[in-house]
Amino acid sequence: MKKVLNKIVVYMFLTILGIVMIYPLLWLISSSFRTNQEIFTSMGLIPKQIITDSYVKGWRGSGQYSYGVFFLNTFKLVIPTVLFTLISSVLVAYGFARFKFPLKKFLFAMMISTLMLPNAVIIIPRYILYRNLGWLDSYLPFTIPALFATYSFFIFMLVQFIRGIPRELDESARIDGCNSFDILVRIIIPLSKPALFSAGIFQFIWRWNDFLNVLIYITSVRKYTLSLALRMSMDITDSVAWNQLMAMSVLTMVPPILIFFFAQKYFVEGIATTGLKG
Amino acid sequence: MKVTKIMKNPNFRSKFKSDYVGLLYIAPWIIGFLVFQLYPFITSFIYSFTDLSLLKTPNFVGLSNYKNLLTNDKLFYQSLKITLIYVLVAVPGKLLFALFIAMILNMKLKLINFYRTIYYMPSILGGSVALAVLWRFLFARNGLVNIVLSKLSIPAIDWLGNPDIALYTISFLTIWQFGSSMVLFLAGLKQIPAELYEAAKVDGAGRIRSFFNITLPMLTPIIFFNLIMQTINAFQQFTSAFVITKGGPLKSTYLYGLMLYDYGFKYFRMGYASAQSWILFAIIMCLTLLVFKSSPYWTYYEDGGDF
Repeated sequence: MKKVLNKIVVYMFLTILGIVMIYPLLWLISSSFRTNQEIFTSMGLIPKQIITDSYVKGWRGSGQYSYGVFFLNTFKLVIPTVLFTLISSVLVAYGFARFKFPLKKFLFAMMISTLMLPNAVIIIPRYILYRNLGWLDSYLPFTIPALFATYSFFIFMLVQFIRGIPRELDESARIDGCNSFDILVRIIIPLSKPALFSAGIFQFIWRWNDFLNVLIYITSVRKYTLSLALRMSMDITDSVAWNQLMAMSVLTMVPPILIFFFAQKYFVEGIATTGLKG
Repeated sequence: MKVTKIMKNPNFRSKFKSDYVGLLYIAPWIIGFLVFQLYPFITSFIYSFTDLSLLKTPNFVGLSNYKNLLTNDKLFYQSLKITLIYVLVAVPGKLLFALFIAMILNMKLKLINFYRTIYYMPSILGGSVALAVLWRFLFARNGLVNIVLSKLSIPAIDWLGNPDIALYTISFLTIWQFGSSMVLFLAGLKQIPAELYEAAKVDGAGRIRSFFNITLPMLTPIIFFNLIMQTINAFQQFTSAFVITKGGPLKSTYLYGLMLYDYGFKYFRMGYASAQSWILFAIIMCLTLLVFKSSPYWTYYEDGGDF
């Protein structure tokens, strides 16, 4: 009897906590369909009167550039960055996981230590470097470093995973006449798909949500990503059109949340196997 | 004779060759590391001794940036103080809560996946502007939180307008995203062998004792990593304070990241900002070292600590 009672208490607690966690998001969605007068009076989830012009008007963005442009920009920044990160990281991870070479331990330690290098320390010289290279106000500050495997978290994640792939597979492929690149393409990459998938998802979501870096590097509205566009809408609509701002916030949340639902398995496995980032 | 024998050995050849092949594979990272990490790291240290700004040619000013910061910059101390409060509230708050919920979810309940999904949701949206927008609405003077409080006949609280409260409202946004740490802890808990608990039960240990003697020691490596990474991130928190409160009211949420942004990219006093960033780096390093050095006393590694 006491056990049953205990269980009921636990479930009640978990459910209440679940509501606290999810309710704000649901409220945001429902409020984006409300009139501005109603947003700050009601705590329920069902609008008295459902309106959609918040989406229509909000979508217009700055007037000159609509949220269509901002969505497209975000994809233009995020997708190449994700792809380049995956390609470069798997090459480097393969090198670290499977080969012996001079200074390997030292280089690996350097790679790990960059995980703890605060972005705040290197951001000013990077800005000046990119300015001298003429990369400011473009997406090159995001894509080119990705091409050179500077997101070391993913290298670490993939090294851990590749180490778990039995070496006998490499050996037998070698006997069959494969060189090291064949082994990477035919054995390591296909077997690392789950890890690559979760690395891709994480990188997608982190780049998608990134604000500070785009704030610093992107200046013209034409090239704004969604984070910058939302901030701009916030300043423009500060005192009037809350529902438009909410509507656009909801839209920017859709891609990460969709990915989360479709690829949940990889998410949980991804963080669980690396055990690193929170 | 001997040499040719070694040369003919296929293992020798492949090993010799793979030396360089391995370097070839990691070459992209070596270039990226040198250009985008090591070079900026060293130059930012050099910049911190100059009056670099984008508007004029820089001069070496010796230690004067540091001297100015430490002796005469009240805003610097204010920012440092509230950043430390933020880190001390948000990081332990998040980790303790994540551990607590992970313990509950590990009790072999039904619907675990469902609850885990829901708790994880806010973490997906990370430090996004959209989430900051949501926070502004939730904690506005007549926002959802105060509407709920009024239904419970509790007087409204000025969550973002009161300098004594605003920082905690922002910390709460961080704690609300406890999901990712929770998933990590849950994975760690699943790896603890059940025999350990059974043995403890036979020895007459209660729940609380087995928590402190088994669960906690087995989880310490994960807690250790989480603590370090979350602390480093928290010291650099930017988006929430920048979007929700713009550092106000009365600079009560003027986190270190905001100050760095202002000096580096608004006033373009980049030498001064570099010095600020190196002080932050020194603080983070000291704390990380402290955690590392103390870890043998509180972390437990089954394989003797080689990771």
